[in-house]
Amino acid sequence: MNQIQYEKKPLIEKPPKKKVNILEWLKDNLFSSWINTLFTIGLGILVFFVLKGTLTWVFFSADWSVVSDNFKLLLTGQYPIVELWRVWVCILLVSILLGFSGGIWNGTITHLSIFLTVLFLISGLLPFVSIESRIWNFTGVVLLVAGYYGGKKLPIKKTILLGWFLLFPITIFLLNGFDILTKVGTNLCGGFLLTLLLAIVSIVFSFPIGVLLALGRRSKLPVVKYFCIGYIEFIRGIPLITILFVAQIMLPLFLGQGLEFNNVVRAMIGMTLFNAAYLAENVRGGLQSIPRGQFEASHALGFNSSLMTFFIILPQALRTVIPAMVGQFIAIFKDTSLVTIVGLIDILGMAKTISQNPEYLGKQMELFLFVAAIFFVFCYMLSYSSRRIENSLGVGKR
Amino acid sequence: MLEEFNDSTPLAERENIIECKNLNKWFGDLHVLKNVNLNVKKGEVLVVLGPSGSGKSTFIRTLNALEEIQEGTITVDGTTLSNDTSDIETIRKETGMVFQQFNLFPHMTILKNIMLAPIWVRKWPKDKVEKIALELLERVGIPEQANKYPGQLSGGQQQRVAIARALAMQPKIMLFDEPTSALDPEMIKEVLDVMKELAKTGMTMVVVTHEMNFAREVADRIVLFDFGEIIETGTPSELFDNPQHDRTKLFLSQIL
Repeated sequence: MNQIQYEKKPLIEKPPKKKVNILEWLKDNLFSSWINTLFTIGLGILVFFVLKGTLTWVFFSADWSVVSDNFKLLLTGQYPIVELWRVWVCILLVSILLGFSGGIWNGTITHLSIFLTVLFLISGLLPFVSIESRIWNFTGVVLLVAGYYGGKKLPIKKTILLGWFLLFPITIFLLNGFDILTKVGTNLCGGFLLTLLLAIVSIVFSFPIGVLLALGRRSKLPVVKYFCIGYIEFIRGIPLITILFVAQIMLPLFLGQGLEFNNVVRAMIGMTLFNAAYLAENVRGGLQSIPRGQFEASHALGFNSSLMTFFIILPQALRTVIPAMVGQFIAIFKDTSLVTIVGLIDILGMAKTISQNPEYLGKQMELFLFVAAIFFVFCYMLSYSSRRIENSLGVGKR
Repeated sequence: MLEEFNDSTPLAERENIIECKNLNKWFGDLHVLKNVNLNVKKGEVLVVLGPSGSGKSTFIRTLNALEEIQEGTITVDGTTLSNDTSDIETIRKETGMVFQQFNLFPHMTILKNIMLAPIWVRKWPKDKVEKIALELLERVGIPEQANKYPGQLSGGQQQRVAIARALAMQPKIMLFDEPTSALDPEMIKEVLDVMKELAKTGMTMVVVTHEMNFAREVADRIVLFDFGEIIETGTPSELFDNPQHDRTKLFLSQIL
């Protein structure tokens, strides 16, 4: 009698686990053939000498006093020292909001608050800063941590949202004073404070303008449509520097006598208008990626155009263009350094001015490395959050 | 909670809820709808058959103004379609539509998909709408999926959500544009079952489909489209068992 024996196997088998052994890993990845071994050794030597050179310079040869001596200038420019508390209050406001938001919403925003905490700790522990700024820095840490645990417990979601909306006008009020506090002219804002102000203002304002331009470009009304096309194509055809010059020189002529903006505000307007055109094209790309079925389904449910745009089309369109938009935000952030050309002194301009001081001759390297590090940290934070947001929104998955 | 439309009046004596007179439509030079005259009674289930490219989908899409017509008049529930957006919106509120490709909103949960239109278009209070939505999900058999996203559901489940979403507006008419054509065979039944249940409640339905069994079983009346015109109209038994027109015979012979 022939009987067929079936081996009983569970229906679902787990994939075989791969054991990771350091030696095996090295063999597989770095020394798998003689040519790979050659590359590994060659590149290893190269990396060693580059690192050795860089690190020796950073820790032994470089004279960082040029940065520590001018720390305040680099960060806040000519902002009067007596009024510096206002800048700190703004930063602390951000810390409170970020701390609470981190506790309430978790995820990316918690990472941002951790990032800010680390920044506070580093700048609070720097050897050369004054006692006063150490106190401000550590207050920031305390507020962040307290906010985080407060946000987990207290039901204050709406208050915090309101806080974020009010943050911008409060910051502007505090920094400027508007004669209620002692007025600090915008021309005294400089250094990294100016860089941040320019970047935040142009991001915050160019985003809605860009969305409106993108929607306008797809409008059925010919006047709106051709105005938007004309605007976008015109602005994209001109270099940013030209626009900054125009804003400095021509704007006062256009606006006439009554309305006079100082040159920081003019630069902000120029950058906002410039970036709005680029953002508009990014957003338009997103709008075009929405399948026709989404429009039809919304129409069939009785949505009018504005409800449809707000609830169905824009959320999907913006979600798909997050990478492109954040790319543009990073570009905005770095483009702020162009304002040196029209006489504003941002962090890069400040570094350049300091390096021309005979006292610090030959120490440009330290200055510019410091500036580069600051730019990198903030830009990396932007792109890191964008990646996190993409993941949490499931871009490319849903 | 959900309205039942059943009434005992015989179909022939009921009033028309959709009236189409002399519809003509062109795509460029292509004449896609030729003098279409068709009325639908309240509570009637009308199935539209025809070979692909015959204009049946275009026809059903003119009923809620997703497609414009160049000639003729369409009256739905007493409102005549015109260029006036408010007329179009009135009609769209009263007609639900289910698409071949489901067209759920991928960035919202199932529950939000269903609740959005009743809240913002009908302006009904949120708790009432949520109750309706959950009840509808129960009715289409997937209450446990309420908080998932459309991408996490199978095609059949998505189409059932699409039906629930259209029903949540409590429309007087439901339009189905090839609701099962994009589905795997084993999922077609679950969608057709939901549609059969709906037909039993007395909902007015216009269904474009290739499902002959569904047409035979559920339809009160069948119209056959070819080359943009209505070739033949009749009850399922008239049309399937005793077709009059040569083109109807040809179409049925190819399909059955």
